Amino acid sequence: MSSKEMIAMLLAGGQGSRLGVLTSDVAKPAVAFGGKYRIIDFPLSNCINSGIDTVGVLTQYQPLVLNSHIGIGIPWDLDRNNGGVSVLPPYERSDNSEWYSGTANAIYQNLKYMEGYDPEYVLILSGDHIYKMDYEAMLDFHKQNNADITIAAIPVPIEEASRFGVVITDEEKRIREFEEKPEHPKSNLASMGIYIFSWPVLRDALVALKDQSNCDFGKHIIPYCHERDMRIFAYEFNGYWKDVGTLGSYWEANMELIDLIPEFNLYEEFWKIYTKQSMIEPQYISSTATVSKAIIGAGAEIAGEVTGSVLGPGVVIEEGAVVRDSILMRGVHIGKGAYVEKAIIAEGTQVGANTRIGIGEYAESKLNPKVYQFDLVTIGSKTVIPEGVEIGKNTAIHGITEASDYPNGRLESGDYIIKAGEES
Amino acid sequence: MKALGIILAGGNSSRMQNLSDKRAISAMPIGGSYRSIDFTLSNMTNSHIQTVAVLSQYNARSLNEHLNSSKWWNFGRKQGGLFLFTPTVTANNSWWYRGTADAMWQNIDFLKKRHEPYVIIASGDCVYKLDFNKVMDYHIAKQSNITVVCAKVPDYDDVGRFGVVKMDHDGQIMDFEEKPMVAHSDIVSTGIYVIRRRTLIELLEQCNKEGRYNFVTDVLIRYKGMQKIYGYMLEGYWSNIASVKSYYQTNMNFLKPEVRDYFFRQEPKIYSKAYDLAPAKFNAGSNVKNSLIASSCIINSQVENSILFKKVFVGNNCVIKNSIILNGAYIGDNVYVENCIVESDETLLSNTSYIGKDEIKIVAENHNRYGI
Repeated sequence: MSSKEMIAMLLAGGQGSRLGVLTSDVAKPAVAFGGKYRIIDFPLSNCINSGIDTVGVLTQYQPLVLNSHIGIGIPWDLDRNNGGVSVLPPYERSDNSEWYSGTANAIYQNLKYMEGYDPEYVLILSGDHIYKMDYEAMLDFHKQNNADITIAAIPVPIEEASRFGVVITDEEKRIREFEEKPEHPKSNLASMGIYIFSWPVLRDALVALKDQSNCDFGKHIIPYCHERDMRIFAYEFNGYWKDVGTLGSYWEANMELIDLIPEFNLYEEFWKIYTKQSMIEPQYISSTATVSKAIIGAGAEIAGEVTGSVLGPGVVIEEGAVVRDSILMRGVHIGKGAYVEKAIIAEGTQVGANTRIGIGEYAESKLNPKVYQFDLVTIGSKTVIPEGVEIGKNTAIHGITEASDYPNGRLESGDYIIKAGEES
Repeated sequence: MKALGIILAGGNSSRMQNLSDKRAISAMPIGGSYRSIDFTLSNMTNSHIQTVAVLSQYNARSLNEHLNSSKWWNFGRKQGGLFLFTPTVTANNSWWYRGTADAMWQNIDFLKKRHEPYVIIASGDCVYKLDFNKVMDYHIAKQSNITVVCAKVPDYDDVGRFGVVKMDHDGQIMDFEEKPMVAHSDIVSTGIYVIRRRTLIELLEQCNKEGRYNFVTDVLIRYKGMQKIYGYMLEGYWSNIASVKSYYQTNMNFLKPEVRDYFFRQEPKIYSKAYDLAPAKFNAGSNVKNSLIASSCIINSQVENSILFKKVFVGNNCVIKNSIILNGAYIGDNVYVENCIVESDETLLSNTSYIGKDEIKIVAENHNRYGI
C-alpha cells in the first residue's frame, strides 16, 4: 500500500447525551441536520474537499445508522482502491478487549490502521460540529511552523470563552499555555478539537500514555506533549463553526439556515457538503399549503402550514396541520389538523391528527433539567403519538405511545414519556 | 442474465421546437428531478439488465454529462456496464448514424461480443415503468421473433406521431403503420422491442447490405409477413415526451397524486444522477400552491400549478403560473410567467412578463446573468 501524506481519524463513537432522546438510538454524528444532512457529513465532506482520501471513522455508540450512512463512502467519493473510508469499531483481542474509553484511547487502539498508511501527519476530527474548513491550509500552516502539533482554534467573544478550552499563544502563534473552561480567560481563542499531529509525535505519545485510563486528547495527550516542550501551534480559523452539542444550539444552528442570507451557506457550488441521498424526487406543495421561511427536503408532501421550520426528506404534513419554529427530520408524518410549535422531531415519527405539541407554559424538566432546558419539545425517532393529545413545553417523548400514556389526554410541560425498547 | 439493453437516444424532433437546441430529447428534464432517459435506464436496472448501450449522436453533451457515472443506476459492475456509443470514424465507416438500424449496425461488434440471448431495444423519450422480464416471458411464450411493446396513446390527437399497430386476438401484429395521416387504432408502438440477439444481428447485416437504415420501416414493417411479430400491451402509465405539448403535459401530470404515488412512492423506484444540492428554501413572501419544487430552489414569491426543477431562483413579487421552470433558471423581481417553459439556466430580467397565450411559450433568451 502506498503511503499517504495525511490521513484523518474521525471520532464518531460518542453518544452526545446532551441531545437527549435524539440520540437514544443513533450516535450524535448521525443526527440529521439542515433538512438533508447528518452531522458527520460536514467533517467527511471537509476531508474530501481538502484532498484527504483516507479517513478512519471510529464508532462505538449505536453505530447502525452511522454504518449504513457511511457504507463504503460513495457519497463522499471515499470509495477508493487505496485508502477511502474505513469504519473502525472496538474489537476483541486474544489478550484483552476493551471498549474505547477516551478519545485518545480510541485512536491508540487503531495504531495498526494508521501504521498501514505510513502517514507523515494525522488529522484528528470529531463529528460534533457544523463547519466548512480546509484542512490542507491547516497542514500548510503546520509544516511552515515545523510544528509537532497544530490545534485549530476559533476566536470567540471573551465573555463566552469560559465555556471552552482556551489556548494562549505568543506572537508566532505558538501555544504557551492551556486553560480548560477558565473563569477568567486570558485569551479568546477556543480550541475546536481539531488536531494535526506529526505522526511520530502522536504515535509516541499514545504509546507512552497507553495505560492512562480514559486517555483523552485534551486532558492527557496535549498536556503530555506540552510538558515535554514540543512545538504546539494554534491555527486560527475564522469561518462559521457551530457546536451542536446541546438541544438549544442544535435548534439554533438549524434555524440560522432559514435566514434570508444565512451565515452558513449550503447553496454555494464551492466546497459542497455531500451526503447519502435517500430521496431524489421533488417535493410537492399542495393547494392547501402555506409555506414560508422554511427549508424543506426532497420528496416531502406539504398540505398544511409550515413556517420557520427545517423539514427533512419525505416529511408529510397533512391538511390543516400547522408546524412552526420546528425541526422535523426525514420521514416524519404530521396528521390532519395537528399543531406543532418549537419541537425537534426525529426520523420516522408519526404524530396523530389534531394532536397539539408545544402548548401551555414552560416548566422545568422532570427528566433532566440540564439536557432539557431550552423550551423545546424533543421527540425521539420512530415514535408514535396518538390522535388528539396535548403535549406541553419542554417535554421529551420516545417510543410507541398510546392514548393511555397521556392522562386526561395531556402530557404536562416538563414531563416525559420514554418507552425505550418497545419500538418494533 | 437473459438480455442486454440498447437505448436509442440519438433523436431530435422538430416537434420539440427550440427545447432541443440545448439537448437530445432523452436528456429532457422530467418531473422536477429526473431526465427522460432515467425511466428507461431505471426500468432496465430494475429488471436486472446489467449491460446497457446508449446510442446517441444529436447534441449529446447534456446526455454525456448525465451519464458521467453509471453508479446512479447501479450499472458499472464487473458483469456488464453502461456504454455510451456515439458515431466514430473507423477504417471502413465515416458516417453519422443514418437511422436507428444503422446506429445499431455501426455497433454490431458490441452485439456480437455479448453472450445474452436477448436484446431489449428501447427509446429514451418515454415516461413509464415496465418489468422487461415480463415482456421477455411473453415473447418466449408466444414464440415470437420480435415483440413490440404497445400502449394506448393517452391523447388521440397525438396518434399521428407514432407507429400505429393493429393486433389480432392472439396479440400478433397484423398491421403496422408508421406515423399515419389517419389512424385506424389508438394502439401505438412505444418503441420498445424484444428480439433474439442473433436474429437482430442477422437482420441488421441484411439491412446494411441492402442500404437500409431504419429499424421501423426497414425491419419491422418490411419483415412483418416473414417474422412473427407480437404486441405486448403496457397497461400502466406511459407517456412519450417528444413534442412540446406532450412534454408539458407529461410534466404537469406529476402534479396528480396518483402519478406522483406511482413514480415517487411505489417500488421499484426511478433513479437519477445525484447532485448533492441543499434542500429547497422558502423565504418570507413565498406562496406556493400545487407545485413541485426540486432541491436547491430558493423561492421568494408566488408559484402556482408549476414545476420548478433544481436550483431555480424566484425573486420578489413574481407570479409563476402553470409553468415549467427548468434547472438553474434565475427569475428576477416582479416577473410574471404563465403557460411557459423556461429554459434551463435562463435569466429572466426583473419587471418582465412572459405569457403563453394559445399554446405553451418557450422562454429561451440567453440573457447575460451577470448583467442584471
